[in-house]
Amino acid sequence: MLKLIAKRLFVGLVTLLAISVIVFAGTEILPGDVAQAVLGQAATPETLAALRATLGLNEPAYVRYFIWLGKFLTGDLGVALTNGMPLDRIVGQRLINTIYLALYAAVVALPLALGLGLLSAAWPESTFDRTVSSVTVFFISIPDFVIALILVLIFAVELGWFPAINPRPRWSDFFPTLGALVLPMLTLVLSVLAHIIRMTRAAVLDVLKQAYIEMALLKGVSKKRIIIKHAIPNALGPIVNVIALNLGYLISGVVIVEVVFSYPGLGRLMVDSVVFRDVPQIQVVAMVFCAFYVALNILADVGAIMANPRLRYAK
Amino acid sequence: MTPLLRIEGLVVEGRPPSGIWVQTVNGVSVDVAPGEVVALIGESGAGKTTVALGALGYTRPGTRFKAGKVYLEDREVLTMSPRDRRDLRGKDVAYVAQSAQSALNPAIPIGEQIAESLMLHGIADGNEAMKRSIDLLDLLDLPDPKALAHRYPHQASGGQQQRIMMAMAMACQPKLLVLDEPTTALDVTTQIEVLKAIKDVIRERGTAALYVSHDLSVVAQIADRILVMNQGAVVEEGPTADILARPQKEYTRTLLGAVKPKPSRDVALSDWNPAAGQKPILTVKGIDATYIKPGMFQKIEREQHVLHDVELDVFPREVLAVVGESGSGKSTLARVIAGLHGPLGGEITLDGEVLPAHSRQRTTEQLRRIQIIFQSPDQSLNPERRIDEAIGRPLELYFGMKGSEKQDRIAELLEMVGLDPDYAGRFPAELSGGQRQRISIARAFAAKPDIILCDEVLSSLDTVVAARVLDLMRQLREEHQVAYVFISHDLSTVASIADRVAVMYAGRIVDAGLTKEVFSPPHHPYTQLLINSVPALRQGWLEDVIATREASAGMASNVMLHDPACPFRVRCPLVIDGKCESEPPPKREMGEHHVVYCQHTEAELAEHQRLVE
Repeated sequence: MLKLIAKRLFVGLVTLLAISVIVFAGTEILPGDVAQAVLGQAATPETLAALRATLGLNEPAYVRYFIWLGKFLTGDLGVALTNGMPLDRIVGQRLINTIYLALYAAVVALPLALGLGLLSAAWPESTFDRTVSSVTVFFISIPDFVIALILVLIFAVELGWFPAINPRPRWSDFFPTLGALVLPMLTLVLSVLAHIIRMTRAAVLDVLKQAYIEMALLKGVSKKRIIIKHAIPNALGPIVNVIALNLGYLISGVVIVEVVFSYPGLGRLMVDSVVFRDVPQIQVVAMVFCAFYVALNILADVGAIMANPRLRYAK
Repeated sequence: MTPLLRIEGLVVEGRPPSGIWVQTVNGVSVDVAPGEVVALIGESGAGKTTVALGALGYTRPGTRFKAGKVYLEDREVLTMSPRDRRDLRGKDVAYVAQSAQSALNPAIPIGEQIAESLMLHGIADGNEAMKRSIDLLDLLDLPDPKALAHRYPHQASGGQQQRIMMAMAMACQPKLLVLDEPTTALDVTTQIEVLKAIKDVIRERGTAALYVSHDLSVVAQIADRILVMNQGAVVEEGPTADILARPQKEYTRTLLGAVKPKPSRDVALSDWNPAAGQKPILTVKGIDATYIKPGMFQKIEREQHVLHDVELDVFPREVLAVVGESGSGKSTLARVIAGLHGPLGGEITLDGEVLPAHSRQRTTEQLRRIQIIFQSPDQSLNPERRIDEAIGRPLELYFGMKGSEKQDRIAELLEMVGLDPDYAGRFPAELSGGQRQRISIARAFAAKPDIILCDEVLSSLDTVVAARVLDLMRQLREEHQVAYVFISHDLSTVASIADRVAVMYAGRIVDAGLTKEVFSPPHHPYTQLLINSVPALRQGWLEDVIATREASAGMASNVMLHDPACPFRVRCPLVIDGKCESEPPPKREMGEHHVVYCQHTEAELAEHQRLVE
């Protein structure tokens, strides 16, 4: 088992390395010139050339890649081109805000989705199951910025229950912040709920068709116990996977939601850095997003391995 | 005496997906007295399992009880509350399923699964339940019960899994056991061990049993009474001895007639010696194979091989059977010949020309000449492709046929395998299992091959259907001059079709020759064990065979796949201490074409094996 996990970790690291190449290449082909963007219209050819030299823009691309990678690995993220602030501080603050919102959404979404998924699987094709399935399909079909705007329209504009624009969370006002973040949280919950519900339902239903479930039934095991004790451990693999994918989405897929609610998270930072051609900042944010995705997927794989005795103990 | 179980006029309906309800069981009545073993026999689809599950008040999804009563002692099972029925299941009536591999929960340790019944029914809890589980494992002769209780089902062998399920069923000391083909999925050698365990336990505890099986020879060993079922109704019932000796009904006689005789020199039909004066069309030399992928720094050990230095010739138009227990490497050998699995070493030649290891490196012509038919047509036919597409593909690929020429050929092939040409437009799901296997056969013959690899092609079929498919295959071989490599674990079938036989054990060929030679002594001790393990259609066979040294040695231990000298020595009744574990067995020529790999000489084997006869 340890060998399997080590293998996953290794593959994860290689993936990250590959991603760093893509991120670097991607920002290379981004149109526009950083020096030009920084200096603006007032730039003279001399100042442009000087700035290019200080930024190292005259070196060949692969040299710059290795210099960038080396600095990145040693923890030197550099400074934002636009305001000269150290990137680790900017990105760190924004990352905390994003994780805050993601965790908030996850804490609400996961129990709800797993519960609804299990209940749907326990009574397949029942009115309850059909209702859950239609409602989730409804929400999954609407783009999340539309959901966000509708929520704002109803709960912020008409009813005035929650603010439409969200300041950064303050730890001193924990509960008021939670209250203020209800609308972005709800938007996120609605967009991940359907995936998790449907996967949970499908995975558990698939297991319920197996011969060992019939065996349990004929041993006199109750339906509740069959689902909890006999079915769930066998359905864990796919469920853990879809949860990890959606947690990844909550962190790196929130760009639109953060923009709509003008919430100071990583997603909005990404949008801002692209607008200002702040290449180092784009690179760092992209790497952070990817690192989270890869890490969560490794966790999901490890979780699935741990959940499966056939992988945990070889013959 | 009042019966323990009384099923009265049971009617069960079934509904195929999106179909209407049809009766599958038409008013069946069964009585089982306390301590009595009653067998339900018949072909698949006869409703045996449905009736047996009725004893637990259970119908499978898509079926429902229509009428009838089921009494367990004085309680009616069908109308009792779900709560009461749950209390009854596992405690008063317990179920043993056909395949322990799929009926044991892969995510729960063995001991816990057994203890669950005890705890649910309030018989014992916690440590006491675990202790009893271990005792039960011990009762069923499972090795090292304490350690086994903490393992997961996949860590036990097939025969062990079946006995674990039996232990689980016996946990609450039920009054009635429902056994659903408990030995059908097992090798004949393992079947003996499981049958013995089942018989011992129910005798010892005085448990009554309803035993579902399609195999009369197995039922003869264990049942007091037999009910013969056909198409949802009981055709005939009576004490086992009477049914076997004096069947009254035509259907029962058909079933008895379909039981194949034990393999021996006398039932070996082929008189032909394909090796006389012919050159082999296919030769297999020194093939080693493994399923382990070599790592970056590690080398594959010889212990991890599933084929060891396999050597085989296939002659034109012959039927060469490859037999052995599951896991002996028979299917791997077929896959290597077909180019589906690359060997580690060795050479395969077709008409003297060396074949590339992988099918993708072979020429279209080489691919055409070797075809393969798999065990389960459900898995080898694409459910989304119509029959004409399945059969038409090789016609396009190998002969470039198109349009009406192709359609005519498809119709011809369908007629050849005994199907109506109208079937061309259907999907596999619209056909029965036997018909689907005929499609696989038509697809193989479409390529006009020289050799067809038949990998357990009859095992997924019912006895009667299998017999018809076998007849078809026999006839097609005559007409089309093709050679079969016939892989099977069923020695009786092999005896009736094969010209030559190769016996495999732990990835090696241990015995090979003309069918008559291999199936009569002197032969390899393993061949002897296999033949002895085929159940005979008479009562008392099980006791007789257990009494022999052969069977007890055969049951003594599991297969050691990777023993470097003679892998069979741990189960061999004729083992020579100090010799068999250190020296590889020499190749001994016995008779003109018979080769046996054994330390014993022909005379020694003949001597021992005559004593056994």
